[in-house]
Formats: sequence, C-alpha cells, structure tokens
Amino acid sequence: MATSPRDKQLKFEPWTDPNAKPFVRVERMTKKFGEFVAVDDVTLDIYQKEIFCLLGGSGCGKTTLLRMLAGFERPTSGRVFIDGVDVTNMPPYEQAVNMMFQSYALFPHMTVEQNVAFGLKQMRVTKPEITRRVADMLDMVKLGPYTKRKPHQLSGGQRQRVALARALVTKPKLLLLDEPLAALDKKLREHTQFELINIQETLGVTFIVVTHDQEEAMTLSTRIGVMNHGEIVQVGTPSEIYEYPNSRFVTEFIGSVNMFEGRLIEDEPGYVRIQCDDIEAPIFVDHGVSSAPGATVWAAIRPEKVHIGREKPASPDNWAMGVVRDIAYMGDLSVYLLRLDSGKVVRVTQPNVFRHAEDRITWDERMYLSWHASSPVVVTK
Amino acid sequence: MSEAGPIVLMGSVPPPARPQSMLGRWWRRLQPRGTTLVTSIPYLWLLLFFLLPFIIVLKISFSDTQIAMPPYQPLFSWAADQVVQVKLHLSNFAFLVEDDLYWRSYLTSITVAAVSTLLCLLIGYPMAYAIARSNPATRNILLLLVILPFWTSFLLRVYAWIGLLKNNGFINNFLLKLGVIDQPIQMLQTDFAVYIGIVYSYLPFMILPLYANLEKLDLTLLEAAADLGSRPWESFLKITLPLSLPGIIAGCMLVFIPAVGEFVIPSLLGDPGMLMIGKVLWTEFFNNRDWPVASAVAIALLLFLVIPIMMYQRTQESASGGGLHR
Repeated sequence: MATSPRDKQLKFEPWTDPNAKPFVRVERMTKKFGEFVAVDDVTLDIYQKEIFCLLGGSGCGKTTLLRMLAGFERPTSGRVFIDGVDVTNMPPYEQAVNMMFQSYALFPHMTVEQNVAFGLKQMRVTKPEITRRVADMLDMVKLGPYTKRKPHQLSGGQRQRVALARALVTKPKLLLLDEPLAALDKKLREHTQFELINIQETLGVTFIVVTHDQEEAMTLSTRIGVMNHGEIVQVGTPSEIYEYPNSRFVTEFIGSVNMFEGRLIEDEPGYVRIQCDDIEAPIFVDHGVSSAPGATVWAAIRPEKVHIGREKPASPDNWAMGVVRDIAYMGDLSVYLLRLDSGKVVRVTQPNVFRHAEDRITWDERMYLSWHASSPVVVTK
Repeated sequence: MSEAGPIVLMGSVPPPARPQSMLGRWWRRLQPRGTTLVTSIPYLWLLLFFLLPFIIVLKISFSDTQIAMPPYQPLFSWAADQVVQVKLHLSNFAFLVEDDLYWRSYLTSITVAAVSTLLCLLIGYPMAYAIARSNPATRNILLLLVILPFWTSFLLRVYAWIGLLKNNGFINNFLLKLGVIDQPIQMLQTDFAVYIGIVYSYLPFMILPLYANLEKLDLTLLEAAADLGSRPWESFLKITLPLSLPGIIAGCMLVFIPAVGEFVIPSLLGDPGMLMIGKVLWTEFFNNRDWPVASAVAIALLLFLVIPIMMYQRTQESASGGGLHR
C-alpha cells in the first residue's frame, strides 16, 4: 500500500534521534537594534528536509531571526551553522541559502523567465542548462504559459509561484520563506499550502517558514517554534504545541482555550486537584504537575474537549454550570458561549454530527459542562 | 406615425444604453467641469505665451528682411483684384544649409551639450544615489544643499566663476602662492570654462529627477539579488541601473535641452571665437538685425530638439505596457 505524505511525515522525526546531526544550528543568537532586543539568546536545531515554522505575533523577532539566517543582518552575538559551516558573517551572495520575500521582490523590469534565470546566471551555469532548468521549474509551479510576462501582468498567486520558482531553481540547501502565503486569499492559501508541501517533498529542500498564522504553521510544518518578545518559548510538532503547551502564552496563542486560574489543593505524583474561583467543583487532572501545593496554576481546557449536557455529571470533579449566552452555527461545528455564575464566559464547540437534532440547545438554557480528567493542561507560568 | 416610431423606440431603451451621437458626446465634453477648468488654465497660458509667439517666429522665418519697422516683410499682402498674396521665402532655411557657419555652430552646441550632459550624469548619479541612501534627517539637508545655489541669481554665479577662473583670479593666485605653477594658467575663455559653467549650473537638474527615481527603489529587490548570488556591484548594474533609466532620461533631457541653446555661459566664460548656436542667434538678431534668418535658426534648433523628444516619448508609450512606471 502506498503511504500518503502525511504518513511519511509522521515517521520523519529526526529531532528524536540523538545521533542525527542538525542541518541548521543557531547558537545563542542575540540581535539588538540600539537598546531594543529583537532576538534574545535563541538556540535552535533544525534538521534536513524539515519544514520548520517560526510562529509569533508581529514584532516578536521572527523575521529578524530569518534575516540573520539569510545573511541580511549580522547577529549582535551568537553563531549560525548551516551544514556544519559557520555562516554567521558570510554575506548573502556567498550563501547557498535562498529566501522568498513576503513582497516577493520580483524584478519588475524582467520577464518571468528572466526572473527565474537570475540566480542561475549568477552561478555561471551554461545557457542550455539555464533554459532547461528554468523551463522545468516553471512547469513544476505551473507557470509554463506565462514565461514572457512581466510581474505586473500576473495575479498575486502567479507572482507567488514565480518567487518560489526563482528561489528554488538554484537548488539551495535551505529555503527561507517570509510569510509565503500572507498575500493570497483564503481559498488560494489553503490550496498553495499543500502545493508547497508537495514541492518541498519532491525537491527535499529544508524550509524555514516565518508566519503569524497559526493555521498555516499547523498545516505546513514538521515542527513549530513559537516566539514571543524575541525568545523561542516552545519548540514542538503541531500536535505537541496544541495539546501540550508549556506556558499560558503558547496555550492562548495557539487556538482558543478556556483558562481557569486556581490553586493546587492536592498534589500527588499521579494526579492533582485544582480549586478555581470560577467553578465550584475542583478540577481533577490525571497526571502530576511539578509545582508546590498552594501555588497558583492555570488549567487550560480546549473548547472541543468540553462536553455540554442537561444531566448533572456523576463525578464530584470536573464540571460546571452555565447559561447559554450565544450560539454560533459554523456548519461543521457549533460554538456555544456559556456564562458561569461567577460571570466567566466559557467557550464550547460541538461537532454537528446529525443533520437534524431533536431538542437542540437554545439560548438562556442552563447547561452542565464537563470534561475528561486528561483534558486540562496545567501550566505554571 | 412613421415619424413618431423611432422616438418611442428610443424612449423604451434604458437611458445608460442609449446610443450617443458623436455630436452629443462632444457637447458633453464641452460642459464646464472642475477638471477641465483646472487644466485649461495652464493650457491657455501655454497657448498665449508659447504657441502664439512660436507661430509669430515661424511666420517671420518665412519672411525677408527690409529696413523698416518691423524689420521684415509681411507674409500676406493685398495684390491686385482682391487677391491675397502669400510670399513664403524659403531662402532663410536654404541659407542655413549653404553657410557652414550655422552647421558648425549647431554641431558645437550639440557636442558641448552632450559632453556636459554626460559629465552631469557621471557626477550627479553617485550624488543622487548617496542622497537617496542616506538617512532621512541628513537626506533633507543634502537636498537643500543641492537646491541652495538657486537662491542666488544665475548670472551672479556665472560671474563668480569668472572671479575664480581668470588669470589673476582666486585659483591661479592660490596655485602661484603655493608655488605649484610659476605663471597663471589660462582657464577663462576656454572650452574648459564653458564645461565648468554648464555642468555647475545644470547639475541640480540632473540630481533631482535621479534622486526622485532612486529614492523609490524597493531595497528588497537588491536583497533578493544578493540572495541569488549577486555581488553589490552586479546588483547595481542589473537592478538599480535599469530601473533608474526613466530618471536618467529625464535628467539628461533637463540638462541637454537648455544646454544646447545656452547663451550666457559661453559668452561670459568661453572663447569669443567659440561658435555656439545661442550666440549666433543673438548676433543675427541684435547685431545684424536679420530677424528672418534669426527666426529660421531658432526654428531649426527647435526641430533638432523636438524630434528626439517625440521619438523618446513614442518609445515610452510603447514601453509603458512593459512596466517601467509602476
């Protein structure tokens, strides 16, 4: 049976292999602009053939980090190694690293063909070879009929593919992509995401992608590095980042979440119990937490992991009661906003499994909320 | 009824789709609108003070001299039997071709203007580039310095060059004092002085359009070129230079066109024997009082300049699909 790309990706986990050599190694890199610290002591290992996403809000330092990898900015301190070579102070034109710019930066006075051929000409590749490689690459990104057009005669999606072709035709060891899909509309973006993954797998190039769009990061990447205030706060696979966030920032940044502040009232190696101000019943979590009893912790529960029902749950833990304030029907699922007695609003999503449900939940109904003991994520910072 | 038929039909057609006659559209265009009013004022100005004098000059160029006031014969005259007689003297233009004085002065003027334009470009491009790349605070000061000479009269600045260049002027005295030379160098009344004068006076006209163009250049294009293996110098040749071509052409036009007809600088700084078309025109008009020949010289000069400009604009129009102007 043929394996799907997704299966291959699941097996592709070089970061768990202690013998694997990282392809890109960022060592304690810091970049300051005057007093402002844009990138703060970042250490990062990225392996060959990965699609690594740097994810963060605007101004978190992700683009500066990318620009240092490309050689456009010099780090204030720290080193970068690519394929074992120290490239920290190498000018961009000597590095075998290409970048796809957010604005695409296509040369406006050159045709599509000339744009793509630019890098090969710089490498002094022979003319017939240039023609062949440019034609192959343009076929791959499905721009065959547009070779003689100038960039301003192309649509946004076509320009994006010219930029990709231009960056890939020289067979770089590493491709840096700065918000590659930000300028495309939603439908085209989704389509292009999968196309990018296919091209990356065909060519076997390592990708480092900068994005602020968590959905884009989730679909594209083998691993995500979440950045905040110039620091990398967590590195992990998309599911690790979503299900096991290590801090309140990551929990709230990725997806939506219900956050309950509380104190540890029972702290055992196998389980903990948390008393929150907002809910009467304690939150019971079926795994240990490394924190002192009585310490303030946050229990985060994803909306899709909360069950909503009319029956009072049997368990003394892990339930709450609220009034339905708002319902949003999204097609595949419905979002319910419930207000607890404390005033806190809890978000619950339920898949719409049946086309027609008897006895639907309606506004102003008092409902019981409950969740499994494995659902809450407990974070201490 | 047959008369009313089409009218009823017209009425049934929805108003936006109603076919408009040529006359109707023309009439609609004549209706006073804000934009028409605003654009018509400068056009009226050009009509009155450019096109009309040009037509007068053109008329004189086809005339012949006479000792009278005005010193040329009328173009139209009443002949017998109520016939308007038009006398077109083409002799003035023939004279321009016959006498090699005019040819040679046209040639000198064009050479001087071309060399000066090239020198302005060579000096002005790096300056414009440096200004465009400097940080915004110093950029404004640098631009101000470029425009500063305009605050003094043009004539005064040319006179200042006489003071600098003459045999007992500042430069010669300075070099004599240093002992670099033991007798003054003849600089004034040479071609060298003319080039200095023209390049100095017209340099801002080269720098400003170049700056306006270079300042707009998207710097990520240069980063993209560097990223694809292009050294800074190659990026300049392959990206910056071709994209600044409209600025180069604009700057060269602004220097070349007035430099061809330049009169003041050659007559104040240059060799009196140097034949430039502006000076020939002046002599013809004021010394010889031959208005028709002077007009013919002016018309010929205009044609010399207008034809290349029109050709340039033609190429620009056909290239505008090519996207040099974004």
